[in-house]
Amino acid sequence: MTIPRTLFDKIWESHIVRQQTAETPAVLYIDLHLIHEVTSPQAFTELRQRGLKVRRPDRTLATMDHSTPTTPRGPDGIIPVIDAQAVAQLGQLETNCADFGIPLFKLGSANQGIVHVIGPEQGLTQPGMTIVCGDSHTSTHGAFGALAFGIGTSEVAHVLATQCLIQNRPRTMEVRVDGRPGFGVTAKDIILAIIARYGVGAGTGHVFEYTGAAIRALSMEERMTICNMSIEGGARAGMIAPDDTTFQYIAGRPFAPQGAAWEAALAQWRSLPTDAGATYDRTITLDASQLTPMITYGTNPGMGMPIDGRIPLPEEMPDPSARQALDKALRYMDLRPGEPLLGHKIDVVFLGSCTNSRISDLRLAAGMLKGRRVAEGVRMLVVPGSQQVRQQAEAEGLHEVFRAAGAEWREAGCSACLGMNDDKVPAGKYAVSTSNRNFEGRQGPGARTFLASPVTAVAAAIEGAVADPRKYLRN
Amino acid sequence: MEKISSITGRFVVLPVQDIDTDQIIPARYLKVTDKSGLAEGLFFAWRFNADGSPKPDFVLNRPEAQGATILVAGRNFGCGSSREHAPWALQGYGFQAVISPYFADIFRNNALKNGLLPVQVDEETYEQLVSLFDEDPTTEVRIDLESQSVTLPDGRSARFPIDPFAKHCLLNGVDQMGFLLAEEPAIAAYEAGHAPRVVTTRS
Ligand code: SF4
Repeated sequence: MTIPRTLFDKIWESHIVRQQTAETPAVLYIDLHLIHEVTSPQAFTELRQRGLKVRRPDRTLATMDHSTPTTPRGPDGIIPVIDAQAVAQLGQLETNCADFGIPLFKLGSANQGIVHVIGPEQGLTQPGMTIVCGDSHTSTHGAFGALAFGIGTSEVAHVLATQCLIQNRPRTMEVRVDGRPGFGVTAKDIILAIIARYGVGAGTGHVFEYTGAAIRALSMEERMTICNMSIEGGARAGMIAPDDTTFQYIAGRPFAPQGAAWEAALAQWRSLPTDAGATYDRTITLDASQLTPMITYGTNPGMGMPIDGRIPLPEEMPDPSARQALDKALRYMDLRPGEPLLGHKIDVVFLGSCTNSRISDLRLAAGMLKGRRVAEGVRMLVVPGSQQVRQQAEAEGLHEVFRAAGAEWREAGCSACLGMNDDKVPAGKYAVSTSNRNFEGRQGPGARTFLASPVTAVAAAIEGAVADPRKYLRN
Repeated sequence: MEKISSITGRFVVLPVQDIDTDQIIPARYLKVTDKSGLAEGLFFAWRFNADGSPKPDFVLNRPEAQGATILVAGRNFGCGSSREHAPWALQGYGFQAVISPYFADIFRNNALKNGLLPVQVDEETYEQLVSLFDEDPTTEVRIDLESQSVTLPDGRSARFPIDPFAKHCLLNGVDQMGFLLAEEPAIAAYEAGHAPRVVTTRS
């Protein structure tokens, strides 16, 4: 009898080029390498300095997303880039891709978008693969039953040159979510609740595998939202076993296997889920039926609470260090312990990012916003994750709903998620954002971020204050 | 890569847990295509006021913190994004090592790749360092890579874990890219023996 193995074990073991020993880590083969303008330039410089080629440009794909503007196109159909440094960085990526033969989705072209949105959308992200990118939210792709994680620029150079990485085997952690989520509770609320309960360091050294009835019931886009924020729970990667939901999503996409290759792939993918009796190094659990919509109040994604909750008191924190962290966070946010957030005035709503900018997110938000208006004085940015999402949304008329409500309908990209391009939250202002990080200054110097789901973001846009989305949803 | 065997120097303490890479180096500094200018952005929002003047009470701006080569920080240091600009900025500023109760995975990897030593100590040692700095900010510690130990001036010492391969590379100045390139025959054999999972990324 063979030893039962986890999904992670199977993928890890099938990608070993050189076994881990007491002295050396494993050499792991990488199936797909995604790159973007911010974390790749210095890696190409290293290649040039050493006279190296890109080993598999045909397993590499580049896009422009982080430093790009999301402002409307000019009459020539081109998105104008004004920031000189961004121009240089985007130009450098273009040169690098041309010199090394790497396909590139240029700014504004039909398939361009946030790197973690385009991989799945193109059907490149598939079960059983190893996928890396110089970006921590590469964990998103794990939703398909792939082992996907973020790497630094030195490692980007390693993968470009050798299609391999030097890796120590991580530990595994099962994150089991059972129960049926309550009314108004989305995938975003589930992952925010996991991080609030177990903390931002819980997954350090581990790969998460999300299991349980609540996870199985999620759509692919919802699964991506969950896996996306694995890194906020400290895990470099998060995965979900592939099933029919996964296969249906991939079928027919541009890079999905076709015909006989599809049948062969399917047979292989069906062998991937964790075997009965396989063990994880650790298991944590959550009962989805106990959840309400979530919102963060502090400056890391673990500082979250139910939308109708109260900000914790210092004495409720587990240790002095956590008390200090709470104190520091509340000073930055200009909030007080014990207060509710409901009704707290907000200035900006950001609907976008690799966490929540896919078509289902936009449909959900538009459905709620239809016939309503963004409150006076609130700026709402709606930023589709990719040009494909944008086109789909426009074909469905969603952009008209957003515009009619007074929101801005923008070009695809990372936008206000990270305060690197023109889209920023002004200093001292409060934003409800569907992105993944509420760190100090993340959305712009001095910006104050409440992380929440798309429906909670829309509710806040309507009221101009933190609001419970459930009153706007039909049960 | 330069060889590292030990670091002796003064340290500064940033007693904050979960310091994320957006604090270490904000995204607007990531528009460079080389590694220059990053030290300027290090802990920018904590170091400087909106008008660009230094905040006098921030630890790195205090006179006694000048010339320190070791940063001591709260647990889960370097969480958040994968930007290698974080270790580059810390090194550009003059730090050679960071001591913390634990590090976020990607930061630790990135730091090791650049010879910025991530030194993981128990909470008690961390607390000792915090109070030592309070008492006398000119205190020096010694980090010895071979024996994987941090030694305080009074002789107390704590061991720290480090991946044996990373240690070997740091001690001997071994370049990890070179190690991987030498695996070419094994990589070619792997490719020959496995059907491609991505046939091509070219449309
Ligand atoms: S949307 Fe935000 S989190 Fe996602 S890749 Fe872009 S910057 Fe990173």
